[in-house]
Amino acid sequence: MLEFILERYNYWIFITLMMTGLYIVIARGNLVKTIVGLNLFQTSVFIFYISIGKIAGGTAPILLGGHGDSDHGEDAVHGEEAGHSAGGAHNPAGDAVYETNALNEEAAADAAHDAAAGGESLHGADGAAVPSNTLSAQTGSGAGDVATGTAQVDPNATGESLHQVPDALESTGARESIAAAAERGMDVIYTNPLPHVLILTAIVVGVATTAVGLALAVRIREAYGSIEEDELEREDHIAEFGVPLESQSTAEGSAA
Amino acid sequence: MPLEGLEQLPALPVVIPLVAAPFALLMKPGRAPWAWATLVSWVTFVVTILLLEQVWLNGPIEYAMGGWAAPLGITYYIDLANALILMLVAGIASLVFPYAYYSVEAEIDKRQTPAFYTALLICFTGLLGVTITGDAFNVFVFLEISSLSTYALVAMGARMDRRALTAAFNYLVMGTIGATFFVIGIGLLYQATGTLNMLDMHQQIQGQSNRMVEAGFAFIVTGIGLKLAMVPLHLWLPNAYCFAPSAISAFLAATATKVSIYVILRFVFTVFGFQFAFLDVALTAFVILGVIGMFYASFVAVFRDNVKQMLAYSSIAQIGYMLLGISFGTVDGVAASLIHVFNHALMKAALFMAVGCVVLRLGSSQITAFNGLARRMPWTTGALILSGLSLVGVPPTIGFISKWKLMEAAFQTMTVVPPLFIVLLIAASSLLAVVYIGRLVYAMTLQPVPADAEPIREAPHLMRICLWIMVLANIWFFFQTDVTVGVATRAAESLLDTGLGFGGAY
Repeated sequence: MLEFILERYNYWIFITLMMTGLYIVIARGNLVKTIVGLNLFQTSVFIFYISIGKIAGGTAPILLGGHGDSDHGEDAVHGEEAGHSAGGAHNPAGDAVYETNALNEEAAADAAHDAAAGGESLHGADGAAVPSNTLSAQTGSGAGDVATGTAQVDPNATGESLHQVPDALESTGARESIAAAAERGMDVIYTNPLPHVLILTAIVVGVATTAVGLALAVRIREAYGSIEEDELEREDHIAEFGVPLESQSTAEGSAA
Repeated sequence: MPLEGLEQLPALPVVIPLVAAPFALLMKPGRAPWAWATLVSWVTFVVTILLLEQVWLNGPIEYAMGGWAAPLGITYYIDLANALILMLVAGIASLVFPYAYYSVEAEIDKRQTPAFYTALLICFTGLLGVTITGDAFNVFVFLEISSLSTYALVAMGARMDRRALTAAFNYLVMGTIGATFFVIGIGLLYQATGTLNMLDMHQQIQGQSNRMVEAGFAFIVTGIGLKLAMVPLHLWLPNAYCFAPSAISAFLAATATKVSIYVILRFVFTVFGFQFAFLDVALTAFVILGVIGMFYASFVAVFRDNVKQMLAYSSIAQIGYMLLGISFGTVDGVAASLIHVFNHALMKAALFMAVGCVVLRLGSSQITAFNGLARRMPWTTGALILSGLSLVGVPPTIGFISKWKLMEAAFQTMTVVPPLFIVLLIAASSLLAVVYIGRLVYAMTLQPVPADAEPIREAPHLMRICLWIMVLANIWFFFQTDVTVGVATRAAESLLDTGLGFGGAY
C-alpha cells in the first residue's frame, strides 16, 4: 500500500496542488485570490503533463554521437512506462521506414530518417538539424538536395506506414532491425518531449488567462470600488432586484 | 485530394481571420475595423461553403498542417458534421458582423472599436479552429483562444452596465476550470494512447477500458459540459449573455455553445465510440441532465424580467434538447441534435439581434421597455414574433423541424426513460417556451405604449436587413431541408459509423 502511494508520488503532488487551487477558487471571496487559485490549479496540470513524459535518468532528446544508433531509444523505454503502449507502436514504424529506405541509396535513407525523427516530434529541430549537417559533410551539396527532396515526401510515408505496422513488420529485415534498435536504445534513455511542448502552449494560455483575469479585477475595482465577491454580489443584487440581498432572502426564500 | 487548385482550402477558415485580426487593431477607430471584420467574415463564409460542398461530394477531407502526416502532425479533419458547423459559425458571423456596426457604436467607447473587432475576429478564429481540427490538444488551444477573447468581449459591455465585468469574471473562472478539466482529460488519454490525433486515438482506445481512460472521459465531458452550459454547470451563461454587448450576445448565443456541442459529439462518438463501456453512463447522464435542463431553465426563463436574460435561460433549455438528441445514441437522435444545433443558432441569433435593435433605440432590455413596441418598432417586433414562434416550434419555421425530428428520434429509442414520456416532456417544455415568448409578445402587442415615451425611430436599415435575413432564414430552412436534415443525417451516420468502429481509417 505504502509502496503504491510512494511510487506514484508525482500524481499525489499533482492532485494536492489541483485540489488546493480549486479550493482557493471556490472558497476565497477576493478576486485576486481567486485568480491565484486558478493559476495554481492550472499549474498543477502542467506538472501532471511534465511528469507523464519524464523518465527517471532520461535526457533531453538531443542526438549524441552518430544519429544512426541513438535514434530509436524510446522504443524500449516507453514500453516500460505504463500507458505508453502506443509509443511502442509508433517506433517500430519509424524503424520500418528507415529500413525500407535503407534499401535505396544512402542519402535518401538518411533523409527519411531525419523526417521520421522530426515527424515524431521526439527530436525536434535538433534531431533534424544534426544529421543533415553530417549528411552534407559526408556526401556534399549534391546529395544534400536529394535529401531535402526526399525529406519533404517522407512525412507522408511515415504516416501511412504507421497504420500498416503489421505489414511493415513482415518485411525483410524489419524485425531484426527493431530488435537491434531496442538493444541500442538501452544505452541512451530519452524523455518524451511532446508533453513538455504541449505544456509550453498551455503555459501561454495560463498566463493569458491570468492576465485577462487580473485586468478584469482592475476594471471591477474601478467600477465597484471593491474586489470582494460578497460586496460585488450585494451591489449586483440591488441593481437587479432593487432591494438589498439580506431582506430579499428572508422575504422570498428563493431568489433564483 | 480532389480539390484542384484549392489544396490549401481547409487551412483558410482558421488562417484568414487569424491573420486578419491584428490588422483590425491598427485601423482608425470607427468604420474601418468593422468593414474589415465584415469582409473577413464573408470571405470565410464562402470558404466554408466550398468546404461543405467538397465534403458533400467527395467525402471527408484530411489536411495535414505543414505537411506532417496524420498521427504525428496536427491534422485538420473535415467531415460533414464539422463542415456543417463551420458553415453555420461563418454564416452567423457574416450576418452578425455587419449588424454589429450601429449596436457597437452605441454600446462601446469609440476608441475601443479596433480592439473590439480584433477580439471578435480572434473569437471567430477560435470557434472555427475548434470545429475544424482533428487534433485533441489543438481543440483545447482553440477553445481557449475563443474563450479568452470572449471574456474580453463580454467585459466590454461594462459601458452599458458594470455587471458585465462581474459576469465576465465569473465566466473566466468557470471557463478556465472547464478548459483545465478538458486538458487533464486529454493528458490522461495521451498517457493511455500515446497519440493526440482523434482518429488515431479512437483506434488506440478500442478495447482499452481501464480507469485511466474512464477518468479521461469524465474529465473531458465535465470540462466541455462547463463550456456548453450543461445544466448544473450553466451558472456563468445567463449573466454573460445578458450583459455582453448586443452583437456579442447574438454571436455567442448562436455559435459558442454550438461548437461545444460539436466537441462533445466528436469526443463521444469519434474518439470513444460505442465499444467504450463507460459511454452508456454518459448517455444516461445526458438524458437526465437534458430533461432537467429543458424544464428548469425554461421555468426560470418565464420569470426573468430582462429579455436578454430570459433568452439566455432559454438557450440553456435548448442545450437540453441537443443533449437529449445525443443521448439517444442513434443516427436519428444525433441528426436531430445537429439539426437543432443549426436551427437553434439561427433562431437565437435572430432573437438576440432583434433585442439588440430594441436596446439600441430604448437603451434597455427590461421587459417593460418592450411595452407597446409593435406600434413603435413594427419591423423589429415582427422579427421578434417570428423568431419567437420558431423557438416555440410552430410549423412554418425551423423550430418545428427540430422538435419534429427530435420526437421522431425519441420514439425509436430505448433509454432509461420511456420514449413516449420523453416526447411528452419535449412537448411540455415547448409549452413553457410558449409562456415566456408569449409574455414578450403580450408586452409588445397588447400593452399600451408608456405615456411618457419619447417617439423613437426604427432601427437603422443595416441592422434591420441583417435581422430580417436571419428571420427569413428561419422560414427558408423550413421549406429547404436539404441543408439541415440532409447534411445532418449523413453527418450523423458518419459520426456513428466511426463510433461503431466501421470507419476510423484515414
